[in-house]
Amino acid sequence: MDYFIELFCSGLTRGSIYALIALGYTMVYGIIGLINFAHGEIYMIGAFTSFIVATVLSIYGFPLAAIVVVAGVAAAIWSSAYGYTVEKIAYKPLRHAPRLAPLISAIGMSILLQNYVLLAQTSDFLPFPELIPEFAFMEPIAHIIGSSDIVILLTTTVVMLALTFLIKFTRIGKAMRATAQDRTMALLVGINVDRVISATFIIGSALAAIGGLLIASHIGQINFAIGFIAGIKAFTAAVLGGIVYSGSCSGEPDSGPDRKFCHRLYFQ
Amino acid sequence: MLELKNVQTSYGNIQALQDVNLTIHAGEIVTLIGANGAGKSTTLMTISGIVPCRRGKILLKGQEIQALSPDKIVALGVCQVPEGRHIFADLTVRENLDLGAFLRTDKAGIKQDLEYVYSLFPILAERRHQSGGTLSGGQQQMLAMSRALMARPQLLLLDEPSMGLAPLVIKQIFEIIKAINKEHNTTIFLVEQNAHQALHIADRGYVIENGRIILADSADKLLNNPDVQKAYLGI
Repeated sequence: MDYFIELFCSGLTRGSIYALIALGYTMVYGIIGLINFAHGEIYMIGAFTSFIVATVLSIYGFPLAAIVVVAGVAAAIWSSAYGYTVEKIAYKPLRHAPRLAPLISAIGMSILLQNYVLLAQTSDFLPFPELIPEFAFMEPIAHIIGSSDIVILLTTTVVMLALTFLIKFTRIGKAMRATAQDRTMALLVGINVDRVISATFIIGSALAAIGGLLIASHIGQINFAIGFIAGIKAFTAAVLGGIVYSGSCSGEPDSGPDRKFCHRLYFQ
Repeated sequence: MLELKNVQTSYGNIQALQDVNLTIHAGEIVTLIGANGAGKSTTLMTISGIVPCRRGKILLKGQEIQALSPDKIVALGVCQVPEGRHIFADLTVRENLDLGAFLRTDKAGIKQDLEYVYSLFPILAERRHQSGGTLSGGQQQMLAMSRALMARPQLLLLDEPSMGLAPLVIKQIFEIIKAINKEHNTTIFLVEQNAHQALHIADRGYVIENGRIILADSADKLLNNPDVQKAYLGI
Protein backbone atom coordinates (compact mmCIF):
# COMPACT_ATOMS: atom_id res chain seq x y z
CA MET A 1 0.00 0.00 0.00
CA ASP A 2 2.82 2.38 0.86
CA TYR A 3 4.38 1.60 -2.45
CA PHE A 4 1.09 2.45 -4.15
CA ILE A 5 0.83 5.79 -2.37
CA GLU A 6 4.45 6.60 -3.07
CA LEU A 7 3.94 5.93 -6.76
CA PHE A 8 0.75 7.91 -6.71
CA CYS A 9 2.40 10.96 -5.14
CA SER A 10 5.39 10.84 -7.39
CA GLY A 11 3.11 10.40 -10.41
CA LEU A 12 1.05 13.36 -9.31
CA THR A 13 4.21 15.47 -9.09
CA ARG A 14 5.40 14.57 -12.56
CA GLY A 15 1.91 14.89 -13.92
CA SER A 16 1.47 18.36 -12.53
CA ILE A 17 4.69 19.51 -14.17
CA TYR A 18 3.67 18.01 -17.49
CA ALA A 19 0.39 19.82 -17.03
CA LEU A 20 2.27 23.12 -16.72
CA ILE A 21 4.01 22.42 -19.99
CA ALA A 22 0.87 21.03 -21.59
CA LEU A 23 -0.95 24.30 -20.92
CA GLY A 24 1.41 25.98 -23.35
CA TYR A 25 0.44 23.53 -26.09
CA THR A 26 -3.23 23.85 -25.31
CA MET A 27 -3.29 27.62 -25.19
CA VAL A 28 -1.42 28.02 -28.45
CA TYR A 29 -3.47 25.33 -30.17
CA GLY A 30 -6.67 26.94 -28.97
CA ILE A 31 -5.74 30.34 -30.30
CA ILE A 32 -3.98 29.71 -33.60
CA GLY A 33 -4.70 26.03 -34.24
CA LEU A 34 -1.00 25.16 -34.32
CA ILE A 35 0.84 22.45 -32.47
CA ASN A 36 3.87 24.34 -31.32
CA PHE A 37 6.58 21.71 -31.50
CA ALA A 38 9.16 24.20 -30.29
CA HIS A 39 7.39 24.41 -26.95
CA GLY A 40 9.44 21.57 -25.42
CA GLU A 41 12.58 23.51 -26.35
CA ILE A 42 11.25 26.58 -24.58
CA TYR A 43 10.95 24.42 -21.49
CA MET A 44 14.51 23.18 -21.99
CA ILE A 45 15.76 26.76 -22.33
CA GLY A 46 13.93 27.58 -19.10
CA ALA A 47 15.76 24.74 -17.36
CA PHE A 48 19.13 25.93 -18.73
CA THR A 49 18.47 29.53 -17.76
CA SER A 50 17.56 28.58 -14.23
CA PHE A 51 20.63 26.31 -14.14
CA ILE A 52 22.95 29.17 -15.10
CA VAL A 53 21.33 31.70 -12.79
CA ALA A 54 21.17 29.26 -9.86
CA THR A 55 24.81 28.24 -10.30
CA VAL A 56 26.02 31.83 -10.44
CA LEU A 57 23.93 32.87 -7.45
CA SER A 58 25.05 29.90 -5.36
CA ILE A 59 28.71 30.79 -6.06
CA TYR A 60 27.99 34.15 -4.48
CA GLY A 61 26.37 32.40 -1.56
CA PHE A 62 22.79 33.61 -1.84
CA PRO A 63 20.20 31.88 0.35
CA LEU A 64 18.39 28.99 -1.31
CA ALA A 65 14.95 30.61 -1.29
CA ALA A 66 16.31 33.69 -3.07
CA ILE A 67 18.05 31.51 -5.64
CA VAL A 68 14.85 29.61 -6.42
CA VAL A 69 12.82 32.79 -6.85
CA VAL A 70 15.40 34.67 -8.90
CA ALA A 71 16.16 31.64 -11.08
CA GLY A 72 12.44 31.05 -11.62
CA VAL A 73 11.76 34.64 -12.60
CA ALA A 74 14.82 34.81 -14.85
CA ALA A 75 13.87 31.53 -16.55
CA ALA A 76 10.29 32.71 -17.06
CA ILE A 77 11.38 36.00 -18.59
CA TRP A 78 14.06 34.45 -20.79
CA SER A 79 11.80 31.65 -22.02
CA SER A 80 9.02 34.13 -22.69
CA ALA A 81 11.39 36.16 -24.81
CA TYR A 82 12.18 33.01 -26.78
CA GLY A 83 8.53 32.05 -27.11
CA TYR A 84 7.61 35.54 -28.28
CA THR A 85 10.45 35.59 -30.81
CA VAL A 86 9.71 32.10 -32.14
CA GLU A 87 6.12 33.16 -32.84
CA LYS A 88 7.21 36.34 -34.61
CA ILE A 89 9.86 34.60 -36.71
CA ALA A 90 8.40 31.20 -37.45
CA TYR A 91 4.60 31.43 -37.20
CA LYS A 92 3.41 34.97 -37.80
CA PRO A 93 4.62 35.17 -41.41
CA LEU A 94 2.69 31.92 -42.05
CA ARG A 95 -0.54 33.02 -40.40
CA HIS A 96 -2.51 32.70 -43.63
CA ALA A 97 -0.55 29.83 -45.14
CA PRO A 98 -1.90 26.26 -45.33
CA ARG A 99 -1.80 24.58 -41.94
CA LEU A 100 1.08 22.26 -42.72
CA ALA A 101 3.47 25.15 -43.33
CA PRO A 102 3.62 26.48 -39.75
CA LEU A 103 3.77 22.89 -38.52
CA ILE A 104 6.94 22.35 -40.53
CA SER A 105 8.43 25.61 -39.32
CA ALA A 106 7.57 24.56 -35.75
CA ILE A 107 9.56 21.36 -36.19
CA GLY A 108 12.36 23.42 -37.73
CA MET A 109 12.37 25.77 -34.76
CA SER A 110 12.53 22.81 -32.41
CA ILE A 111 15.60 21.39 -34.17
CA LEU A 112 17.20 24.81 -34.39
CA LEU A 113 16.81 25.57 -30.69
CA GLN A 114 18.04 22.13 -29.64
CA ASN A 115 21.17 22.42 -31.70
CA TYR A 116 21.71 26.00 -30.70
CA VAL A 117 21.81 24.96 -27.03
CA LEU A 118 23.93 21.94 -27.93
CA LEU A 119 26.52 24.20 -29.55
CA ALA A 120 26.27 27.12 -27.15
CA GLN A 121 26.31 24.99 -24.00
CA THR A 122 27.23 21.32 -24.09
CA SER A 123 26.08 17.95 -25.24
CA ASP A 124 26.72 16.42 -21.79
CA PHE A 125 24.29 16.02 -18.97
CA LEU A 126 24.78 18.81 -16.45
CA PRO A 127 24.19 18.23 -12.74
CA PHE A 128 21.41 20.56 -11.69
CA PRO A 129 21.76 21.95 -8.15
CA GLU A 130 19.18 20.71 -5.69
CA LEU A 131 17.18 23.85 -5.10
CA ILE A 132 14.52 22.39 -2.85
CA PRO A 133 15.91 21.08 0.45
CA GLU A 134 14.42 18.29 2.55
CA PHE A 135 12.30 20.04 5.14
CA ALA A 136 12.61 18.79 8.72
CA PHE A 137 8.86 18.80 9.30
CA MET A 138 8.41 16.48 6.34
CA GLU A 139 10.54 13.81 8.01
CA PRO A 140 7.69 11.53 9.21
CA ILE A 141 6.21 11.14 5.71
CA ALA A 142 9.41 11.52 3.72
CA HIS A 143 9.28 7.88 2.64
CA ILE A 144 5.95 8.52 0.93
CA ILE A 145 6.25 12.02 -0.44
CA GLY A 146 9.39 14.11 -0.62
CA SER A 147 9.72 17.81 0.08
CA SER A 148 10.35 18.68 -3.54
CA ASP A 149 7.16 16.82 -4.50
CA ILE A 150 5.19 18.99 -2.10
CA VAL A 151 6.81 22.18 -3.36
CA ILE A 152 6.12 21.19 -6.95
CA LEU A 153 2.50 20.34 -6.24
CA LEU A 154 1.93 23.59 -4.38
CA THR A 155 3.65 25.68 -7.03
CA THR A 156 1.74 24.14 -9.89
CA THR A 157 -1.53 24.48 -8.01
CA VAL A 158 -0.92 28.16 -7.35
CA VAL A 159 0.20 28.81 -10.93
CA MET A 160 -2.84 27.04 -12.36
CA LEU A 161 -5.24 28.89 -10.10
CA ALA A 162 -3.61 32.15 -11.14
CA LEU A 163 -3.92 31.17 -14.79
CA THR A 164 -7.57 30.22 -14.38
CA PHE A 165 -8.21 33.59 -12.78
CA LEU A 166 -6.39 35.34 -15.61
CA ILE A 167 -8.38 33.54 -18.30
CA LYS A 168 -11.75 33.89 -16.62
CA PHE A 169 -11.74 37.38 -15.23
CA THR A 170 -9.15 39.65 -16.79
CA ARG A 171 -9.41 41.70 -19.96
CA ILE A 172 -6.60 39.83 -21.70
CA GLY A 173 -8.19 36.54 -20.63
CA LYS A 174 -11.50 37.47 -22.18
CA ALA A 175 -9.69 38.60 -25.32
CA MET A 176 -7.91 35.23 -25.43
CA ARG A 177 -11.12 33.27 -25.10
CA ALA A 178 -12.80 35.40 -27.76
CA THR A 179 -9.86 34.98 -30.14
CA ALA A 180 -9.80 31.22 -29.57
CA GLN A 181 -13.47 30.95 -30.46
CA ASP A 182 -13.78 33.27 -33.42
CA ARG A 183 -10.83 35.26 -34.63
CA THR A 184 -12.74 37.33 -37.17
CA MET A 185 -15.28 38.39 -34.60
CA ALA A 186 -12.54 39.13 -32.10
CA LEU A 187 -11.09 41.54 -34.66
CA LEU A 188 -14.53 43.06 -35.19
CA VAL A 189 -15.00 43.89 -31.52
CA GLY A 190 -11.65 45.66 -31.57
CA ILE A 191 -9.33 43.05 -30.09
CA ASN A 192 -5.74 43.33 -31.27
CA VAL A 193 -5.35 39.66 -32.17
CA ASP A 194 -1.59 39.88 -32.79
CA ARG A 195 -1.12 41.10 -29.25
CA VAL A 196 -3.34 38.32 -27.88
CA ILE A 197 -1.30 35.71 -29.74
CA SER A 198 1.94 37.19 -28.40
CA ALA A 199 0.52 37.18 -24.87
CA THR A 200 -0.43 33.53 -25.29
CA PHE A 201 3.09 32.57 -26.29
CA ILE A 202 4.56 34.62 -23.44
CA ILE A 203 2.30 33.07 -20.80
CA GLY A 204 2.74 29.53 -22.14
CA SER A 205 6.51 29.94 -22.26
CA ALA A 206 6.67 31.31 -18.71
CA LEU A 207 4.71 28.28 -17.48
CA ALA A 208 7.06 25.95 -19.34
CA ALA A 209 10.07 27.69 -17.78
CA ILE A 210 8.68 27.22 -14.28
CA GLY A 211 8.07 23.57 -15.15
CA GLY A 212 11.66 23.39 -16.39
CA LEU A 213 13.07 24.73 -13.15
CA LEU A 214 10.96 22.43 -10.99
CA ILE A 215 11.57 19.24 -12.88
CA ALA A 216 15.30 19.88 -13.35
CA SER A 217 15.71 20.43 -9.65
CA HIS A 218 13.62 17.32 -8.97
CA ILE A 219 15.53 15.04 -11.31
CA GLY A 220 18.91 16.67 -10.81
CA GLN A 221 20.29 16.79 -14.34
CA ILE A 222 19.60 18.49 -17.64
CA ASN A 223 20.85 18.39 -21.20
CA PHE A 224 19.86 19.88 -24.53
CA ALA A 225 17.47 17.06 -25.43
CA ILE A 226 15.17 17.07 -22.39
CA GLY A 227 12.72 19.35 -24.18
CA PHE A 228 11.89 16.76 -26.78
CA ILE A 229 10.89 14.03 -24.32
CA ALA A 230 9.05 16.38 -21.99
CA GLY A 231 7.37 17.97 -24.99
CA ILE A 232 6.07 14.62 -26.23
CA LYS A 233 4.76 13.70 -22.78
CA ALA A 234 3.17 17.09 -22.23
CA PHE A 235 1.65 16.96 -25.68
CA THR A 236 0.14 13.57 -24.80
CA ALA A 237 -1.20 15.09 -21.59
CA ALA A 238 -2.66 17.98 -23.56
CA VAL A 239 -4.45 15.58 -25.91
CA LEU A 240 -5.70 13.37 -23.08
CA GLY A 241 -6.81 16.38 -21.09
CA GLY A 242 -8.56 17.87 -24.08
CA ILE A 243 -6.59 20.13 -26.34
CA VAL A 244 -9.45 22.48 -27.00
CA TYR A 245 -8.83 25.41 -24.81
CA SER A 246 -11.54 26.73 -22.58
CA GLY A 247 -9.60 28.19 -19.72
CA SER A 248 -9.45 25.07 -17.61
CA CYS A 249 -6.74 22.53 -17.10
CA SER A 250 -8.83 19.85 -15.45
CA GLY A 251 -7.74 16.87 -17.47
CA GLU A 252 -4.02 17.28 -17.46
CA PRO A 253 -2.96 16.60 -13.87
CA ASP A 254 -4.99 13.40 -13.90
CA SER A 255 -2.98 11.93 -16.68
CA GLY A 256 0.20 12.18 -14.62
CA PRO A 257 -0.32 9.35 -12.17
CA ASP A 258 -1.67 7.12 -14.91
CA ARG A 259 1.36 7.55 -17.05
CA LYS A 260 3.73 7.22 -14.14
CA PHE A 261 2.03 4.02 -13.07
CA CYS A 262 2.21 2.54 -16.51
CA HIS A 263 5.79 3.63 -16.80
CA ARG A 264 6.84 2.17 -13.47
CA LEU A 265 4.89 -1.04 -13.88
CA TYR A 266 6.33 -1.52 -17.28
CA PHE A 267 9.90 -1.07 -16.23
CA GLN A 268 9.80 -2.87 -12.87
CA MET B 1 -19.52 60.13 -42.67
CA LEU B 2 -18.11 57.34 -44.80
CA GLU B 3 -16.91 57.51 -48.34
CA LEU B 4 -15.57 54.74 -50.57
CA LYS B 5 -13.56 55.94 -53.55
CA ASN B 6 -12.72 53.48 -56.33
CA VAL B 7 -12.28 50.67 -53.85
CA GLN B 8 -10.90 47.44 -55.27
CA THR B 9 -10.59 44.22 -53.34
CA SER B 10 -9.53 40.80 -54.49
CA TYR B 11 -9.21 37.31 -53.13
CA GLY B 12 -6.08 35.99 -54.79
CA ASN B 13 -6.64 36.55 -58.49
CA ILE B 14 -10.37 36.92 -58.20
CA GLN B 15 -11.47 40.52 -58.22
CA ALA B 16 -14.29 40.85 -55.68
CA LEU B 17 -14.86 44.59 -55.76
CA GLN B 18 -14.20 46.78 -58.78
CA ASP B 19 -14.15 50.54 -58.36
CA VAL B 20 -16.81 50.70 -55.71
CA ASN B 21 -17.86 54.26 -54.95
CA LEU B 22 -20.37 55.06 -52.30
CA THR B 23 -21.15 57.73 -49.76
CA ILE B 24 -22.97 57.51 -46.45
CA HIS B 25 -23.97 60.70 -44.69
CA ALA B 26 -24.23 61.01 -40.93
CA GLY B 27 -27.58 59.91 -39.53
CA GLU B 28 -28.69 58.05 -42.64
CA ILE B 29 -29.79 54.49 -43.16
CA VAL B 30 -28.18 53.35 -46.40
CA THR B 31 -28.71 49.90 -47.82
CA LEU B 32 -26.66 47.85 -50.21
CA ILE B 33 -28.61 45.19 -52.04
CA GLY B 34 -27.49 42.52 -54.45
CA ALA B 35 -27.48 38.83 -55.23
CA ASN B 36 -25.31 36.14 -53.68
CA GLY B 37 -21.65 36.70 -54.42
CA ALA B 38 -22.17 40.23 -55.69
CA GLY B 39 -19.70 41.62 -53.17
CA LYS B 40 -21.97 42.87 -50.39
CA SER B 41 -20.21 41.19 -47.47
CA THR B 42 -16.82 41.89 -49.03
CA THR B 43 -17.68 45.58 -49.06
CA LEU B 44 -18.37 45.50 -45.32
CA MET B 45 -15.29 43.39 -44.56
CA THR B 46 -13.17 45.83 -46.56
CA ILE B 47 -14.57 48.77 -44.60
CA SER B 48 -13.82 46.94 -41.33
CA GLY B 49 -10.29 46.19 -42.46
CA ILE B 50 -10.64 42.40 -42.33
CA VAL B 51 -10.20 42.05 -46.08
CA PRO B 52 -7.40 44.29 -47.37
CA CYS B 53 -8.33 47.09 -49.74
CA ARG B 54 -6.12 46.72 -52.81
CA ARG B 55 -6.73 50.09 -54.39
CA GLY B 56 -8.78 53.16 -53.70
CA LYS B 57 -9.58 55.03 -50.55
CA ILE B 58 -11.96 54.62 -47.66
CA LEU B 59 -12.59 57.87 -45.84
CA LEU B 60 -14.20 58.13 -42.44
CA LYS B 61 -15.03 61.76 -41.71
CA GLY B 62 -12.30 62.69 -44.16
CA GLN B 63 -9.67 60.43 -42.56
CA GLU B 64 -8.22 57.60 -44.63
CA ILE B 65 -8.84 54.29 -42.89
CA GLN B 66 -8.10 51.70 -45.59
CA ALA B 67 -4.66 50.93 -44.18
CA LEU B 68 -5.68 50.72 -40.54
CA SER B 69 -5.95 47.44 -38.61
CA PRO B 70 -9.47 46.25 -37.68
CA ASP B 71 -9.15 47.18 -34.00
CA LYS B 72 -8.19 50.76 -34.92
CA ILE B 73 -11.23 51.01 -37.17
CA VAL B 74 -13.50 49.82 -34.35
CA ALA B 75 -11.87 52.40 -32.09
CA LEU B 76 -12.91 55.09 -34.59
CA GLY B 77 -16.56 54.09 -34.10
CA VAL B 78 -17.23 51.69 -36.98
CA CYS B 79 -18.77 48.42 -35.79
CA GLN B 80 -19.95 45.49 -37.81
CA VAL B 81 -22.52 42.79 -37.16
CA PRO B 82 -21.22 40.17 -39.57
CA GLU B 83 -23.25 37.74 -41.59
CA GLY B 84 -24.06 34.63 -39.58
CA ARG B 85 -23.86 36.59 -36.31
CA HIS B 86 -20.59 35.16 -35.05
CA ILE B 87 -21.69 34.81 -31.46
CA PHE B 88 -18.98 33.64 -29.06
CA ALA B 89 -20.84 30.40 -28.44
CA ASP B 90 -19.04 29.26 -25.27
CA LEU B 91 -19.19 32.65 -23.61
CA THR B 92 -22.23 33.82 -21.72
CA VAL B 93 -24.59 36.42 -23.11
CA ARG B 94 -23.18 38.92 -20.64
CA GLU B 95 -19.58 38.13 -21.62
CA ASN B 96 -20.50 38.57 -25.27
CA LEU B 97 -21.90 41.99 -24.47
CA ASP B 98 -18.84 42.90 -22.39
CA LEU B 99 -16.63 42.03 -25.33
CA GLY B 100 -18.64 44.44 -27.45
CA ALA B 101 -17.44 47.18 -25.13
CA PHE B 102 -13.87 45.84 -25.21
CA LEU B 103 -12.24 49.13 -26.19
CA ARG B 104 -14.27 51.31 -23.86
CA THR B 105 -13.12 52.42 -20.45
CA ASP B 106 -16.08 54.51 -19.27
CA LYS B 107 -17.70 52.15 -16.78
CA ALA B 108 -20.78 54.30 -16.21
CA GLY B 109 -21.43 54.58 -19.94
CA ILE B 110 -21.02 50.83 -20.43
CA LYS B 111 -23.52 50.14 -17.66
CA GLN B 112 -25.97 52.59 -19.19
CA ASP B 113 -25.63 50.95 -22.62
CA LEU B 114 -26.08 47.52 -21.06
CA GLU B 115 -29.38 48.69 -19.60
CA TYR B 116 -30.28 50.11 -23.00
CA VAL B 117 -29.70 46.88 -24.93
CA TYR B 118 -31.52 44.92 -22.22
CA SER B 119 -34.46 47.27 -22.69
CA LEU B 120 -34.35 46.75 -26.46
CA PHE B 121 -34.13 42.98 -26.07
CA PRO B 122 -35.48 41.90 -22.67
CA ILE B 123 -34.85 38.25 -23.56
CA LEU B 124 -31.10 38.90 -23.36
CA ALA B 125 -31.39 40.21 -19.81
CA GLU B 126 -33.30 37.08 -18.92
CA ARG B 127 -30.63 34.83 -20.43
CA ARG B 128 -27.54 36.81 -19.52
CA HIS B 129 -25.89 33.91 -17.68
CA GLN B 130 -26.60 31.42 -20.46
CA SER B 131 -23.93 30.66 -23.03
CA GLY B 132 -24.40 32.38 -26.38
CA GLY B 133 -24.57 29.11 -28.29
CA THR B 134 -27.76 28.04 -26.55
CA LEU B 135 -29.77 30.96 -27.94
CA SER B 136 -32.11 30.60 -30.90
CA GLY B 137 -31.23 32.17 -34.25
CA GLY B 138 -33.32 35.26 -33.64
CA GLN B 139 -31.94 35.73 -30.16
CA GLN B 140 -28.42 35.34 -31.49
CA GLN B 141 -29.09 38.08 -34.01
CA MET B 142 -30.35 40.27 -31.18
CA LEU B 143 -27.22 39.46 -29.19
CA ALA B 144 -24.97 40.21 -32.16
CA MET B 145 -26.61 43.59 -32.67
CA SER B 146 -26.50 44.36 -28.96
CA ARG B 147 -22.84 43.44 -28.82
CA ALA B 148 -22.13 45.93 -31.60
CA LEU B 149 -24.22 48.59 -29.84
CA MET B 150 -22.17 48.09 -26.69
CA ALA B 151 -19.29 49.76 -28.53
CA ARG B 152 -21.53 52.81 -28.95
CA PRO B 153 -20.74 52.99 -32.66
CA GLN B 154 -21.18 56.04 -34.84
CA LEU B 155 -21.51 53.88 -37.89
CA LEU B 156 -23.12 50.47 -37.63
CA LEU B 157 -22.54 47.98 -40.44
CA LEU B 158 -25.19 45.28 -40.57
CA ASP B 159 -24.70 42.23 -42.76
CA GLU B 160 -27.95 40.45 -43.53
CA PRO B 161 -29.61 40.74 -40.14
CA SER B 162 -32.69 39.00 -41.53
CA MET B 163 -30.93 35.84 -42.69
CA GLY B 164 -32.62 32.64 -41.60
CA LEU B 165 -35.17 34.30 -39.36
CA ALA B 166 -38.94 34.02 -39.16
CA PRO B 167 -40.91 36.91 -40.73
CA LEU B 168 -42.13 38.13 -37.37
CA VAL B 169 -38.62 38.27 -35.95
CA ILE B 170 -37.38 40.02 -39.08
CA LYS B 171 -40.03 42.68 -38.59
CA GLN B 172 -38.93 43.19 -35.00
CA ILE B 173 -35.26 43.40 -35.96
CA PHE B 174 -35.95 45.98 -38.64
CA GLU B 175 -38.03 48.08 -36.28
CA ILE B 176 -35.15 48.10 -33.84
CA ILE B 177 -32.71 49.10 -36.56
CA LYS B 178 -34.94 52.08 -37.22
CA ALA B 179 -35.15 52.85 -33.51
CA ILE B 180 -31.36 52.71 -33.08
CA ASN B 181 -30.99 55.09 -35.98
CA LYS B 182 -33.54 57.55 -34.58
CA GLU B 183 -32.76 57.43 -30.86
CA HIS B 184 -28.98 57.41 -31.00
CA ASN B 185 -28.54 59.07 -34.35
CA THR B 186 -26.40 56.07 -35.34
CA THR B 187 -25.61 55.97 -39.02
CA ILE B 188 -26.50 52.59 -40.46
CA PHE B 189 -25.16 50.78 -43.48
CA LEU B 190 -27.37 47.79 -44.08
CA VAL B 191 -26.48 44.96 -46.42
CA GLU B 192 -29.45 42.83 -47.34
CA GLN B 193 -30.79 40.22 -49.70
CA ASN B 194 -34.21 40.99 -48.35
CA ALA B 195 -34.36 44.04 -50.60
CA HIS B 196 -37.99 44.83 -49.92
CA GLN B 197 -37.61 45.19 -46.16
CA ALA B 198 -34.29 46.98 -46.47
CA LEU B 199 -35.52 49.58 -48.94
CA HIS B 200 -38.55 50.26 -46.76
CA ILE B 201 -36.51 51.44 -43.81
CA ALA B 202 -33.60 52.97 -45.74
CA ASP B 203 -33.15 56.54 -46.91
CA ARG B 204 -31.01 55.60 -49.87
CA GLY B 205 -29.83 52.45 -51.54
CA TYR B 206 -27.12 51.05 -53.74
CA VAL B 207 -27.36 48.02 -55.96
CA ILE B 208 -24.24 45.92 -56.43
CA GLU B 209 -23.66 43.37 -59.16
CA ASN B 210 -20.45 41.43 -59.81
CA GLY B 211 -18.46 43.74 -57.58
CA ARG B 212 -19.68 46.93 -59.22
CA ILE B 213 -22.22 49.46 -58.04
CA ILE B 214 -24.76 49.58 -60.87
CA LEU B 215 -27.44 51.78 -59.31
CA ALA B 216 -27.59 54.44 -56.65
CA ASP B 217 -30.76 56.24 -55.75
CA SER B 218 -33.19 57.11 -52.99
CA ALA B 219 -34.89 54.09 -51.47
CA ASP B 220 -38.34 55.11 -52.79
CA LYS B 221 -37.10 55.41 -56.33
CA LEU B 222 -35.32 52.07 -56.14
CA LEU B 223 -38.52 50.44 -54.89
CA ASN B 224 -40.29 51.72 -57.98
CA ASN B 225 -37.47 51.05 -60.41
CA PRO B 226 -38.65 48.33 -62.83
CA ASP B 227 -35.22 46.72 -63.09
CA VAL B 228 -34.86 46.51 -59.33
CA GLN B 229 -38.38 45.19 -59.00
CA LYS B 230 -37.68 42.48 -61.51
CA ALA B 231 -34.27 41.47 -60.23
CA TYR B 232 -34.54 41.88 -56.47
CA LEU B 233 -38.12 42.36 -55.41
CA GLY B 234 -39.65 39.50 -57.35
CA ILE B 235 -42.41 41.67 -58.80
